[in-house]
Amino acid sequence: MALDTIDAAARRGVLAVQEYALLSGRAVSNIFRKPFYRSDVFMQADIIGVGSLPIVILTGFFLGGVLALQSAATLTQFGAAAFTGQLVSFSMIKEIGPVVTALMVSGRNASGMASELGSMIVTEQIDAMRALGTDPLKKLVMPRIVATVVMLFFLVILSDAVGILGGGFVSVSMLGQDGSQYFHTSYQSLEFPDILQGLVKPVFFGFIIATIGCFYGMRTRGGTQGVGRSTTQAVVWSSILIIITDFMISRFLIAIFGR
Amino acid sequence: MGGNPITDGGASGATPPTPQSASSAEPVVIFEDVSIGFEQKPVLENISFQVRPGEMRILLGPAGVGKSVLLKLTNGLLRPDSGRIFVFGKEISAMREQDLFEIRGAIGTVFQEGALFDSLTVRDNVGYRLLEEHIPDDEITARATEALRFVELEGTLDKFPSELSGGMRRRVAIARAIVTNPKLILYDSPTGGLDPITSTTIIELVMKQRDVSHTSSIVVTHRLQDAFVLAMHCFDLANNQMVPLPPHQTDPNTSFLMLHQGRLVFDGTTKELVNSQDPFIHEYIS
Repeated sequence: MALDTIDAAARRGVLAVQEYALLSGRAVSNIFRKPFYRSDVFMQADIIGVGSLPIVILTGFFLGGVLALQSAATLTQFGAAAFTGQLVSFSMIKEIGPVVTALMVSGRNASGMASELGSMIVTEQIDAMRALGTDPLKKLVMPRIVATVVMLFFLVILSDAVGILGGGFVSVSMLGQDGSQYFHTSYQSLEFPDILQGLVKPVFFGFIIATIGCFYGMRTRGGTQGVGRSTTQAVVWSSILIIITDFMISRFLIAIFGR
Repeated sequence: MGGNPITDGGASGATPPTPQSASSAEPVVIFEDVSIGFEQKPVLENISFQVRPGEMRILLGPAGVGKSVLLKLTNGLLRPDSGRIFVFGKEISAMREQDLFEIRGAIGTVFQEGALFDSLTVRDNVGYRLLEEHIPDDEITARATEALRFVELEGTLDKFPSELSGGMRRRVAIARAIVTNPKLILYDSPTGGLDPITSTTIIELVMKQRDVSHTSSIVVTHRLQDAFVLAMHCFDLANNQMVPLPPHQTDPNTSFLMLHQGRLVFDGTTKELVNSQDPFIHEYIS
């Protein structure tokens, strides 16, 4: 009996991965096929990008601030408080900016996508759309993928900038450091591989958020309870995959560039 | 289930309609030995039937027997495990999903609960296909208004589905299905969950589409009363209402299909249905 259960669970898992790969593949191939739903892409970009601005700015600012607080306390013990700016900018650009922004956007938008598409599934709106001759993967999934990838890229840049500003604010106003020195070390210590790492990650994270959110939304079964379940699974799995992917990208780029 | 209206004597009053479909005309829908199951449980087994041009097939059967599944097979929303399905002469069971979208453009579907897009207005719901085809806004409004006039709801153009009653939503769904003048309409329990008066209004609209536009259709219902009203009435366009056919007459373009335990147990005319000696059919319609 136990073996049967494991067997069934493994089959479900493999089937889910296969369905996810098919959905992602078809949605991406739809980018290159007509019609291109430009207005839907802009609408999603507004919802995902502009709508996420407040949480991204707030979290970015305070993360930068707390990084400065924590690192300055340690660096002071070694007489290296002057490197606070470098540590904050490194951490924000390479890791915390992309990962935390992606997790915030995932919590807000992967759940939103799963619940919206899930509700459409249980009320037969997706079937109605297919019956009316429209491909839901093209009309609903493709715009969400394009919008999330593009907007997360810019949201991460904004989060990095606001985080460094937050760190600067704390360093100057609360730790009594020199503002010029803070921003100088922040900027000068950065090299191309650091920036590249910070800009490659949001592209993958954006893809994960949108595809996982849409995947769980599109496979919703079981009424309103099913919608709730899909929403939770979308956030959980997109968060897990973001962190695993973060490790893999970091490992890969460090192996190539040595930093 | 009510009495048997045909053997009881029927109704009186209207000129009988003439059959629309020439027997030589190519069927609009052909099911050939179609079977489908879910999670290794068979739902429909070896289903074969045809729908000819202008014909209305009323699909009867107990709840959960697979009536909606059969409709979804007809417009390619589901694929059969075995057998072949032809719509407008093309084998849809062998087509790719991308190629099916064009065929579905010529099929109108009225879903069980309407399935209107809740974030779009009635105008955008009805004109959805036209919006997708990038038809000018003025023309979309005009054609959506015309379709809504058919269901007597032209005043709801700017409302959202949530602002409409259940019966109104169902009528908007009919308007959405007919706005592009499809050659085939699939009605999935169009009167399910509605009060008797609203149900009659919906049935009248279904009949109007049959008798005025002569569109082929499959009507799924588990309400025998609705089925017999469709079989024994015709739509009088001059007075804009349905009228009963002369006694013992039934609509020649309307015939029945009945499902039981996943199998098609009846395929024939109204008279054959009421005279059937099959114990299940006899019990179902008595």
